[in-house]
Amino acid sequence: MEFPILLTILLAPVFAALILVFVPKEEHMLIKSIAAAGTFVSMALSLVAYFTYNQEIGGLQFVFGHDIPWIKDLGVTFFLAADGISLPMLLLTNLIGFSAVFASWNITNRPREFFILLMLLIAGVMGTFIAHDLFIFLLFYEVVVIPIYILVIIWGSSKRVTKEYAGMKLTIYLLIGSAFLLVGVIALFVKTTALAGAPDMSFTGLAQVAQQLSRFDQIWLFALMLLGFGSLISMWPFHSWSPDGYAGAPTAVSMIHAGVLKKIGGYGLVKIAVYMLPVGAAFWAPYMAVLGVIGVAYAAMGALAQKDLKYVVGYSSVSHMGYVILAVACLNVIGLNGAVANMFAHGVMAALFFSMIGFIYEKTHTRWIPDMGGLARQTPRLAVGFMLAAMASLGLPGLVSFIPEFTIFVGSFQVYGGLAVIGIAGIIITALYVLRAGANTLFGPPRPEYVHLEDIKGPELVPLVVLGTVLVVGGFLPSLLFDMINSGVVPLHAAISDVLQIGGKF
Amino acid sequence: MLVEFAMQHAWLVPLLPALAFVIIVFLTRPFRKLSAIVAVGSMAVACFFATLAAYGIFTNHEYIEKPLVYATRWFSLGLPGMPDLRVDVGVQLDPVSAMMLFMVSFIATFIFLYSIGYMEGDPGYSVFFSYLSLFGASMLLLVISSNLLQMFVAWELVGLCSYLLIGFFTHKISAREAAKKAFVTCRIADFGLLLGLLALQIVFGTLNLTELAEKIEHFEEYTTFGMLTLIAVLVFIGPIGKSGQFPLHVWLPDAMEGPTPVSALIHAATMVVAGVYLVGRTMFLFHEVPSAMQLVAVTGGFTALFAATIAITQREIKRILAYSTVSQLGYMMLALGVGSLTASMFHLWTHAFFKALMFLGAGSVLHALHHKADVWEMGGLYKKMPITTWTFVIGGLAIAGIPPFAGFWSKDEILVAALNGGHYVLFAMAAFTAFLTAFYMWRMIFLAFFGEENPANHPHESPWTMTLPLVVLSVGAIGAGWLGTPWYNIWGEWIKFGHPHHGPVNYGAMLLSIVLAAAGIYLAYMLYLKDAKKKRARKMAEWFGPVYRMLYNKYYIDELYLWFNHALVDGTARLFYLFDIYVVDGIVNGIGAFARLSGDGLRVFQSGRIQNYVLIFFLGVLAVAVLMAFTGPSAASLVLGGVK
Repeated sequence: MEFPILLTILLAPVFAALILVFVPKEEHMLIKSIAAAGTFVSMALSLVAYFTYNQEIGGLQFVFGHDIPWIKDLGVTFFLAADGISLPMLLLTNLIGFSAVFASWNITNRPREFFILLMLLIAGVMGTFIAHDLFIFLLFYEVVVIPIYILVIIWGSSKRVTKEYAGMKLTIYLLIGSAFLLVGVIALFVKTTALAGAPDMSFTGLAQVAQQLSRFDQIWLFALMLLGFGSLISMWPFHSWSPDGYAGAPTAVSMIHAGVLKKIGGYGLVKIAVYMLPVGAAFWAPYMAVLGVIGVAYAAMGALAQKDLKYVVGYSSVSHMGYVILAVACLNVIGLNGAVANMFAHGVMAALFFSMIGFIYEKTHTRWIPDMGGLARQTPRLAVGFMLAAMASLGLPGLVSFIPEFTIFVGSFQVYGGLAVIGIAGIIITALYVLRAGANTLFGPPRPEYVHLEDIKGPELVPLVVLGTVLVVGGFLPSLLFDMINSGVVPLHAAISDVLQIGGKF
Repeated sequence: MLVEFAMQHAWLVPLLPALAFVIIVFLTRPFRKLSAIVAVGSMAVACFFATLAAYGIFTNHEYIEKPLVYATRWFSLGLPGMPDLRVDVGVQLDPVSAMMLFMVSFIATFIFLYSIGYMEGDPGYSVFFSYLSLFGASMLLLVISSNLLQMFVAWELVGLCSYLLIGFFTHKISAREAAKKAFVTCRIADFGLLLGLLALQIVFGTLNLTELAEKIEHFEEYTTFGMLTLIAVLVFIGPIGKSGQFPLHVWLPDAMEGPTPVSALIHAATMVVAGVYLVGRTMFLFHEVPSAMQLVAVTGGFTALFAATIAITQREIKRILAYSTVSQLGYMMLALGVGSLTASMFHLWTHAFFKALMFLGAGSVLHALHHKADVWEMGGLYKKMPITTWTFVIGGLAIAGIPPFAGFWSKDEILVAALNGGHYVLFAMAAFTAFLTAFYMWRMIFLAFFGEENPANHPHESPWTMTLPLVVLSVGAIGAGWLGTPWYNIWGEWIKFGHPHHGPVNYGAMLLSIVLAAAGIYLAYMLYLKDAKKKRARKMAEWFGPVYRMLYNKYYIDELYLWFNHALVDGTARLFYLFDIYVVDGIVNGIGAFARLSGDGLRVFQSGRIQNYVLIFFLGVLAVAVLMAFTGPSAASLVLGGVK
């Protein structure tokens, strides 16, 4: 039997969490090391998986458990598999998960519980990306919610809103999203089972049947999925959890949430909603495009009005996700590639941003931009990390986010013309708020109260090194990312365009 | 042999400074001198290769007619056989890029050398050289790009370096703001450029320069003339920002906050001409669209005149030079717009030498005067700083257009091109600008270097690392124009779009430009040197009070933009934010509150307390009784249904 690489990747942090349960709670160093080791194993193996995936053959690889029935009557199997779309997301999760451990290095309040929950959170997120069974996907998605809530209300911070409010808002939004999703999934299951005669919850099995559903069914099913995944990816106007939630959450949770968790929304849109319900997707695509563009412009303007660093990045992530939605709405190869790639790029960038802001907050005890300035003098490495993230955020060529944005622009300009132009104009506003935040935080005359700040060092450098490397390498070698994504997008697009070609008969 | 190698491996030219950047950042940062040596050394080697490659191009007739391209896939989407989107990266060597490759690496080498002395004692010494190297790499990448997207990448990277270097003195608020302004202004322009590139990609399916050139020649097969016009205009917006054309010129004078070598390299000789270069590179596009050419010409001509009028009144030495740069860039655009790639690139070439020279001279002065920048507080520097003074004078003669200095030949060529194209108004504007240029440049020279010494200053000549580049560049400022004299124009044979023009030598235009330049210098002499007390100059400023103030305040354009940014953009942003927290979030919280309140309300009915149930029962009975009392039994029976 083949080495079950996906299962190992999934279980490494769970295993670490299990060990942590038995570690004395005073052993901070040991606790952190175990957490780091668990996530390191996952990260290393997901790199192995990423680079050993055979793009020539494509399709599902590293398949595990498709023959292990779980709930026979519902056709549920513990089906894990990866393709060109899920592997980048898996890698992203682990890059960020590993970095998040080091971004939380200085935690002193109950570190054991913190890291146990963090490990479960990371495992849950990973699970959604490698599950190839809709039931398992939903299961992992619900697993994510619990640690998030506890992490925010215990280790979060209260600024504009209390951490309890933030945690509640985040959780309820996630739950409402999943409620829509659940209804959609059940309906999909019932409809497909009726059509096919036998239950099958695997993505491929479902898709083959679901694609044949009537136009009407596809439309309302897709609407439910869009509501579910849309609120998860902070699609306008279901975005308002995002800035408050990130601001209230501890650094590691902000990193994981903005970095990968909300990408489950985009991932689900592409790999579940669009793939299974192409006719519904085609119906809703123009509306999605409009909402996406509104999200881009609206959140960018919102970010411009912020004075709290985390709010700036929070709004900025809503804005960037607008591009993803616009890209999905293109329903063409270029757009879908751009959507997935942009999720990856934004994940790396947002995680780096939040980790740097976390360190700034740790050192200065403020995130209020007018209270800062001149930090670059005392903390040059922190400044480098911050500026790298800032430049990636404004889509600087040479960093990982430029080419994904460019492909989205090409794809959406082709399909939506003038509407896309409004979205593209977002790059100006992005430059404005990002540079303003950077300049007012890092540059200008140094303030006396920050003269004794210490720069990040030792383990604190890990997020900068890991994520910064990805930012630069991905920027200069975009094919590393795109060849992979493309190998997953091309068959998916072929499948949906087959349906859309003959969709006229519905 | 070596020439062949250099031509086939031209990618080494940008790679070497890129390596220097990496080495300085990761290895030599703690060792200041070593970092400087790495930067200068790598650029010098790059310059050596660039020279060989340029030599190879210019001596081979084949390459002058047909570009030498080495390209490979960068990324592609869709099926490998017939991709939906494919972008290549590569190297394109032809006379224009070879000239730029040589010019950029040559000037960069000497400015790097100059920086060794100029930046002495700065705590960010190594960082400065790493930024310079990164800039060198990006600029050289821009120059040799075979693909417009690749060029755009480099275009943004030079913008990043410009941002980092303008804001190099991070503790200064003015530097920080100037850097931000430069980036954002260029970003606005790049938005237009990006749209243009997207449209090109979508319409023609490629961004490779050579393929685009072929396809646009038969653009009717792909698109309409209207679309092509739109594309050309969009593409031109990028150069408006990068090359400081009106109305996006505002960042360039502020960019003088950066260290002087940066001003010389980035904001005079190389990066700011990237816009001109881009238009030159995409001449095949503009050539098809006369109205776009007209736009380029008018923008250029207007910018040249406009900036020159501002330069007359400025007091800071670097600001005067900055406005003169804007003005000269206008000349280059004008030349492109009237259809003469030859003249434009020629002026770009000569300008790089004399303007870099003047900036470095200004830097030498600032170095000696401890960064006192006002020309009115200088004077008489020639006694203590002979090398700086005389090289600066050479630069002044070159930019004013006195033969046989470099600027004369290139400016004359632009004037002739405008005249031959029948653009008489633009010709007149350009000619008048030439007069103004001579005047404001020599105003500065007379005020700063001649006349009486200011006893408060204690100037001294700069070290050899600074004066050597001055001397080398002044050789260029004298001789760079001899490649393109009207009698023997080898430049026109090399660098051209279509066929070289061989018009008769226009002695009239030549005479006019000499007379105008001489008149400008003479006027400056009368006002600022002969009249030692400068009474007449002050009186003129008084007479033209409002005009003087308007010019001195740069037509208040910065104030207008600032107002727009603060009142309009920030105001709108604030509005969006309020909408978000009160309306969008209000609805969300409202739903939450509704759920909670209705829960609170309904809880009363399920409290499990007998007293509450009895109370509700009693209230119900009471309500029925009241109803019966007021309306009689019939209404009550209606409410209660069958109960009697």
